[in-house]
Order: sequence, then C-alpha cells, then structure tokens
Amino acid sequence: MNFDPRYSGRNFSSVGTRPVRPDGVDKVTGRARYGADFNMAGQLVGRILRSPHAHAVIKSIDTSKAEKLAGVKAVITAKDLPDLTDGDAAMYDILDNCMARKKALYDGHAVAAVAAIDARTARQALKLIEVDYEVLPHVTDVDEAAQHHAPLINDQVYTEGLEEKPAKPSNVTKRTQFGHGDVHKGFAEADFIVERSFKTEQTHQGYIEPHACVASVNPDGTAELWVCTQGHFVYRQHCAQLLGLEASKLRVTSSEIGGGFGGKTHVWAEPVALALSRKAGRPVKLVMTRDEVFRASGPTSATSIDVKIGARKDGTITAAEATLRYSCGPYAGSWAEIGAMTAFACYKLENVKTVGYEVLVNRPKTAAYRAPSAPMAAFAVESAVDELAKELGMDAVDFRIKNAAQEGTRSSYGPIYGPIGIGPTLEAVKSHPHMKAPLKANQGRGMACGFWFNFGGQTCTDLNIGMDGTVSLAVGTVDVGGSRASLSLVAAEELGIDYSNVKAIVADTSSLGYNDMTDGSRGTFSSSMATISAARNAIKILKDRAAQMWDIPVEDVTWEKGHAIAKGEKYGNLSPLSLKDIAAKSGTTGGPIAGHSELVADGAGVSFATHICDVEVDPETGSTRVIRYTVVQDAGKAVHPTYVEGQYQGGAAQGIGWALNEEYIYGKDGRLQNAGFLDYRIPVCSDLPMIDTQILEIPNPNHPYGVRGVGETSIVPPLAAIANAVSNAVGVRMTHIPMSPPRILAALEAEREG
Amino acid sequence: MRYIRPLSIEDAVGELAKAVGPAAILAGGSDLLVRMKGGFIEPELIVDIKAIGGLADIAETADGFRIGAAVPCAVLGENKALRKAWPGVVEAANLIGSKQVQGRCTITGNLCNASPAADSVPALVAAAAQAVVAGPSGKRTIAVEAVPTGPGRTSLAKGEMIEAILLDKRPEHAGDAYLRFIPRTEMDIAVVSAGVNLTLDEKGAIKTARVALGAAAPTVLLVEEAGQVLIGSKLDEETLERLAKICAGACRPIDDKRGTIEFRRKVAGVLAQRAATTAYKRAGGK
Repeated sequence: MNFDPRYSGRNFSSVGTRPVRPDGVDKVTGRARYGADFNMAGQLVGRILRSPHAHAVIKSIDTSKAEKLAGVKAVITAKDLPDLTDGDAAMYDILDNCMARKKALYDGHAVAAVAAIDARTARQALKLIEVDYEVLPHVTDVDEAAQHHAPLINDQVYTEGLEEKPAKPSNVTKRTQFGHGDVHKGFAEADFIVERSFKTEQTHQGYIEPHACVASVNPDGTAELWVCTQGHFVYRQHCAQLLGLEASKLRVTSSEIGGGFGGKTHVWAEPVALALSRKAGRPVKLVMTRDEVFRASGPTSATSIDVKIGARKDGTITAAEATLRYSCGPYAGSWAEIGAMTAFACYKLENVKTVGYEVLVNRPKTAAYRAPSAPMAAFAVESAVDELAKELGMDAVDFRIKNAAQEGTRSSYGPIYGPIGIGPTLEAVKSHPHMKAPLKANQGRGMACGFWFNFGGQTCTDLNIGMDGTVSLAVGTVDVGGSRASLSLVAAEELGIDYSNVKAIVADTSSLGYNDMTDGSRGTFSSSMATISAARNAIKILKDRAAQMWDIPVEDVTWEKGHAIAKGEKYGNLSPLSLKDIAAKSGTTGGPIAGHSELVADGAGVSFATHICDVEVDPETGSTRVIRYTVVQDAGKAVHPTYVEGQYQGGAAQGIGWALNEEYIYGKDGRLQNAGFLDYRIPVCSDLPMIDTQILEIPNPNHPYGVRGVGETSIVPPLAAIANAVSNAVGVRMTHIPMSPPRILAALEAEREG
Repeated sequence: MRYIRPLSIEDAVGELAKAVGPAAILAGGSDLLVRMKGGFIEPELIVDIKAIGGLADIAETADGFRIGAAVPCAVLGENKALRKAWPGVVEAANLIGSKQVQGRCTITGNLCNASPAADSVPALVAAAAQAVVAGPSGKRTIAVEAVPTGPGRTSLAKGEMIEAILLDKRPEHAGDAYLRFIPRTEMDIAVVSAGVNLTLDEKGAIKTARVALGAAAPTVLLVEEAGQVLIGSKLDEETLERLAKICAGACRPIDDKRGTIEFRRKVAGVLAQRAATTAYKRAGGK
C-alpha cells in the first residue's frame, strides 16, 4: 500500500477548526490520571538516596541497617542493576546516571534506593544507609571545566573531532564544526564587525508534574510500568535493556503528562523502580520530589558563546563565525553541536563557520529542553545581529530581511532549504502594529528570529471503525499539547466525518507498533501523517464493503465526504452509502473495518519564528517587566489553531522566564542552592503580558496537509528578543542570561561609572 | 507525633512546657507544614492554637489594636479600621505567599519563623508593634524586634508562645508603608525590603519616624539613624538621598541565591526612599 505524503493543496472542513479537546473535561475536573495517580494492590513506596557531593568516589555502601528496619522490603544499589549494556556507551551513561556505579558525579546523583511499606519508613531507611565517600575536587562552570587544569570528571575522555588525538584527557568530549565559504576572506570584506562573548545559565524545563511511575515485575518475567513520559516505547526499550527484560514482556502505559518539554525523554527513576519491584516482589511507586527533579533530572546546558559577524555598508553580511561551549553534565552529549548547527540557520551567508565544544561538568546530565541548544545560540547571534544593525545605521528588521535565508539557500549547517518562513515572518513583523506602538520612558523594544529543524521518525497508528460508525484512533505518540484533538480532526477530515465521531487515545506499548517519542515537534506532524495513511487504508476497505453491498465492481466506487459513491450513470439509482451504513453491515460483509499504518515520517519542514517584545526596566532596581509580546511563526498548516497558539505562547512564556530570572545556582561546595520553585523563579501568571500570536501557513511540501511541527521554535527567539529589548531600554548591551535584577543593576552601575 | 488542640492559653503553654521532644505551634501552618513535608523537622508535639479563645480575633482597644496569634493575614486585609490606621502593616501581611497562603498564614507565625526576609516583620518593627508573650511564669510584653535573634531563632523560652501582637492607636497625621523587592510580581520572597512609619506635625514636617529593613542582615534591622534623619524634614530630595545612604550603610547583607551584597545595599536605599514617600503621603504630607 503506497502512501503518498506529498502536499496536495486540498480544502479543509475539519482541519483548521477549534473544537474542545477530548482530554479537557478530565483535566479541569481533576479526573485525569497523571503519573502519581495510579495505584496497585500491595504497592510499596520507593525512595532514592542521593549524593550530597558534587564529585566523590563511592568507596563502599552499607545497607544492612536499612534492610533490618521493619517495613523495608528491598534496598538496592548499583549491584542490583548489573551492566548489561554490552559496550553501548550511551546506554552505560544512562545506567550510571540512574544509579552511580563508582563515582557520584553531581549533587543529587542516585547512589541507593529503598522500597518500604510507607513513605516514613522509606525515609527512615534512607537515613540508615551508610555511604563512604572520598570527596574529589569538582567543577560546575562550563568555562572553568574546559580549562586544562580543571578537575577531570572522566579520565577516559579524550576530545573527539580534533585533527590529532590529544595527549591528555579533558572535560571536552567533542569538537564539531559546520559552515561553508571562507570567513577570513569574508571579514576582510566587511566594513563593520561586531564581536562579543555571551553566557547563559542552566535552566530547567520546569514541568509542573514531577517524574512518577508505578513498576510491577512478576516472577514469570513479565512486567508493567505506568509512567509519566514523552515516549513510552523508548522507555520500554531502555528499561528492558537495562534490566535484561524482553521488550515484549514489559508493557508500558503512559499517563497524562503535566509537562515534559524534553525533560521526560530520558529514564531516571523508572529502571530503579523496576529493580526495586523485582527485588521486593511487589509493585513499587516512585515519585520524585521537586528537590529531586531539580537536582537529578535533566536541565538544559549552561553555555558560553563567542560570536563575530561582519557586514558591508549596504547591509550585506560578509562573514559570520561562532564558537559555542555547552555543558553536558557529567556524560557526553551533542548539545554544542546542535547549537552550532542552528546558530546562523536564519541567514543566507557566503562565509560561515561555527565550532561547538561539549563540556563535562559536575551537574545533572543535560537533557533536551524545547528546541534544545537553539535558544542560547540564537541569543548570542541575534544580539550581535542587532548590534551590527545599529552600527550600520539600519533598522533591525530590514537588516534581517536583507540577509534572510530563502528557498534554495544553502543553510549554515549544510542542507539546501525548500520553501521556508523566515522571510514571511520578518515581513509580518515589519508591518505588525506592535512595531509602531509608542514607548514610554524606561521602556525598550526588541525583536529576534529563531529556527528549529523539526523531526519526523517512526510512527504507527491504528484506526478502528465501530459498528455504530464512530471511529477510535490509537496513536503511539504521547499527547503533550492537544495532539489527540488535532489527530481526531485529521481522521475526521480524511474520512469525511464529524470530529465528534472520532475518539483518539494514546495506546500502550503492547497494543501498537513502535513509535519514537514525542520530541522534535514530531507528535502532530508524524502521527497525522500516519493517521491520514491509516484512514486512507480504511477507506479502501470501506469502498470494498460498499461494492459488496451494492454488488458492483470496487473500481466503480469512490469516497467523497464520508460516503461511498457509485460512479457512473448506470448506478444512478444507487444512493450513497455513509460510513455509518457500511459499518453497520460490517459483520456480514467481512468483519471489522480498520486502517493501520506504520511509516517513517520524513521531511519534517524546518520552522522559523520572529518575536517582538517590549519591556520596562526600573533603572533604580534593575527590575524588568515584559509589557507586550508578539509571536509570529510558520505552522505549515495549523491543524487546531488554538493549540498552535498555545504552543507559541508557551514557548514565549518559558523563554521569558529563562531570559529574566531562571537559573541553576551552585554554591562553592558544588551543591545546588535553589532546588525549588521559590528560588528557581519561573514566571507566575502576573509576570506575563497577554502573548499575542500570528500564525503563518507556508505549507510543508512533504506532508499531505502541509503540516510542520510547531512546538519548539517558539522558545528560540525570546532570550534574544528580550535581551535586545532590555539593551534598548537601558542603553547597555546585556550579554549574560538570565538578566536578573542584580545583573542589570550591576551593568547599569558599571556604565554610570564608565 | 502527637497533635493537640487546646482551648486555653494555659493548657497550650502547659503542654509546650512539659514537651519532651521537639514541639511546634500550628496556626496557619504555612511554614510548619512545608518544613515537615520537606523533612527539615519532625516534631513530636504539634499544638494547634486556633481553638484558643480570642486568638482568632482582632480587637480594637483603647490603646489600639490587639491581633490574636491565630488571625490569618487575609483577615487583616478585611479589617477596615486596621487598614486605615496601619496600611503599611496590612500591605506587608498581604504580600506573603499567595492568596491561598494569606488565608492561612499569620503575622505572629511570620515573626516567630524568624526569617530575616519575613514580609510583615519590618512593617511591624517600623510600627513599634509589641508582642504579648505567654509562658509558664505568666505574661510579658516585648517589642517585636526583640523576638527574632537570628535566622530561624527567637528569644522565646521553652514553653513560651506569643498570644497577640499589639499596635498603637494612631494620632492624626500618621502613615506607614512597606515595600519589598522581588524579581517576580508575587508568590516570592523578599530579596530586600523596607518599612517606614511616620507622624507629622501641624506644618507637615516629620515629627517621629521609624525605618526598618528586611533581608538586609541576620534579623530585621531597625535603623534608628535613618529615622532620625527624617525628623524635621518634609522629605526633600536631600533628605531622601541621606536616607538611602544611611540604609545602604546600615545593611549587613550577604551574597546568596536571591541577590548580591551590592544589590541589596543599593535597593535597600531605594525602597526606603519609596516607602518613606508613600508613608509621608498617607500621613497627609505634601
């Protein structure tokens, strides 16, 4: 069954409307079941003992006293999670991160765990576990860690990607480079050059729901895991591999998810819960506290970035260069590499070079955070672009329009672009009323652009037509932003029936083929493609059944607006058969009617956005308020515009928090100082203005409806847009994110003192 | 763990005095429960004081106001007379936590939690509020600034508890104000704060003044010199400059996750100026 994924330019009747989401009522009435809302008979409480040291050798662990405490049913250490990774270095890192094997590598690193009959007993048991540490020197700052004299986190790491293998190990795991042309030649042609260094601090996704799971391992080798995740199939693979289970015997069910943003794409507590359950012989519920979420899940990188951009007097950029250092936590990653790829992706450049360095630090393992690595690179680049426009005496928007990438441009990271939205978003911003609104004293306006790749990947869906003519759609991508509504709209559109007759669910890992996780803005893009394919397969069967009911050749049956139509004059007296009519007879025409689809969704169209931001800065305290904010982004096709707008607003809101106040603060002792929402300051409602949105639709040629991913791009421009706005408000270029009041006030004082 | 809900101060004090392990007083619980859930404390005895007669009331007396130890901060905001007399104290109490927290938390709890960043305390110190302390050997009345002795520590002896906070009756031409700096708009904790309480003479010159700073030292600071510099002035620019300088100088802040020493010094002065300006207007000064 060949599926043609090309854009068809069709008209829509369901897609583009804004019905209520199927999970909405449960969520607002408190009935929705999240990770911690599931319980099993005989379930134990699991808790994890964590290292208080940033870097320490674990000399020994004595669990005997904890094991003797009444009510304790299992105590585990790394010995209970033997290394089954068979030389797979990335899996070994995941295993070591779940439970430290030889060294504790950050404050919060798991070293042991208990399962007990209640939380109090579990807490007491943790206090009875004796760990003998040999504390080592640590390093938490990305620049310090990259120095030659820095404490070594892993003495087996020799920087990859250099021309020669280095003689000594270091904390820099990898060097990557992207670009084309000759930047030296380009800078020689420039009339103006801006060169600056920037820093961004580490932030957390800040999802409201902590990691939570219930694990149950049976003596016969079967197991169940109920878990809050962005990808239950991936969790199944990882957990099965780490515990030596057969994947088919581990059934993973994803709960409703109270936010993930990339942070729920990695396993942490789940293998531990399974190991506890296996040892105790009872189900184990493990729920992280907020403190644990901050200390021991996966925040984003802290970065240090140098940017140099040159332009001719006429506003043409002649060369652009960036060096990006990203922290990875204590395990290798490819975060700087992604930053190096995205940094200049918005622009048409003859000469461009970016170099990324991955840096190990004694902090939690970096995880994805919404367009991971792109916001920091965009902050540095878009700040420098703004400054260069000022030096040239050009309007910031016009300068960007002049240099914007177009269809056919060779991107700074390699590929040639198809139809893209950077130019249109800039034109929309140029003519937006926000750009002309007057500003008062101490206020400033900034704008910035952002890019994200968007991913596709492995996807499988089942579409089942009930005998009453209603449709159940089973998908394997976790719904993080309203995709059950969007995918129901797509099924309704393709079948030609009403949205109210489609009900979408997220199926468990035993009920559907493998799906990659919901990341890379792929959920709606990939699963809608698979849903269209499954619906088309179902339509083939529906036509076949109609042909049987009419007793005519199937070639003479077409499908229009939810009905089988008999083609041609000779069938003039046959009235169309609705999907409901055909479904009602399915029991006697060949049995249940279903459409199935499994595919690799290729061709996720790249995504661009341009944001505008107004701020007001109190010059006496450095306090910043965002007073107006506008997002303009290309959606390809907005399947459910309300949820597209929600993605635009959500990314901007998270970006505002990151830009102004959110940061991991470590003490000299290498311990995290602000592992809670009081001192890790995400914005509260009253901190945010109404975030205005404008959806552009430049169809993705590789999707039948033109859909592009929309979830991540919206967090790419905010750091830069707000930094440009603050810099314009106070007259000092801000180069360190977050621009917290002490940083702004210090910058102002430094300027006053000259 | 034992939970009791005594009906009289004597019973509460008696239980607290004879408690063997760690004991805690529960009014709103907005600090206590969070600390218990976080595993920071595990009290053996919890004495819930909300059922004790009079502790949940605000009484207007001949001398002023008597605010029971179990009165939630939100109730302060609903009391018209108190709001008119001591707007600075009320606005400070209504900045704590969120709306939900304000429905539970109390100014006595805020005082006894002994955080240097407590919002209501600088306002109470500026207001020269007093605390009625009940204990095994009877009752005594002390200045509120004598209660906290350091972060998390108070001068209260074993078995002692505060049963009420007293605020004086207001003369004519009086006003107070409280301001704190937080990076967000709400649901946050003061990085630095200032409370100012003024009375004016007939001509609009400042007759008495008290200035207190929060989150600027291990305990809330009463900056007497700052009060003196205001006396006799009509809050001209030069006086305000001197006020800021004195407040910045009086601070003994630390560098921490919430702010730097330099930031706290500078902003302490700015907030004192702004609070003084508001208090002056409230007192009818022009």
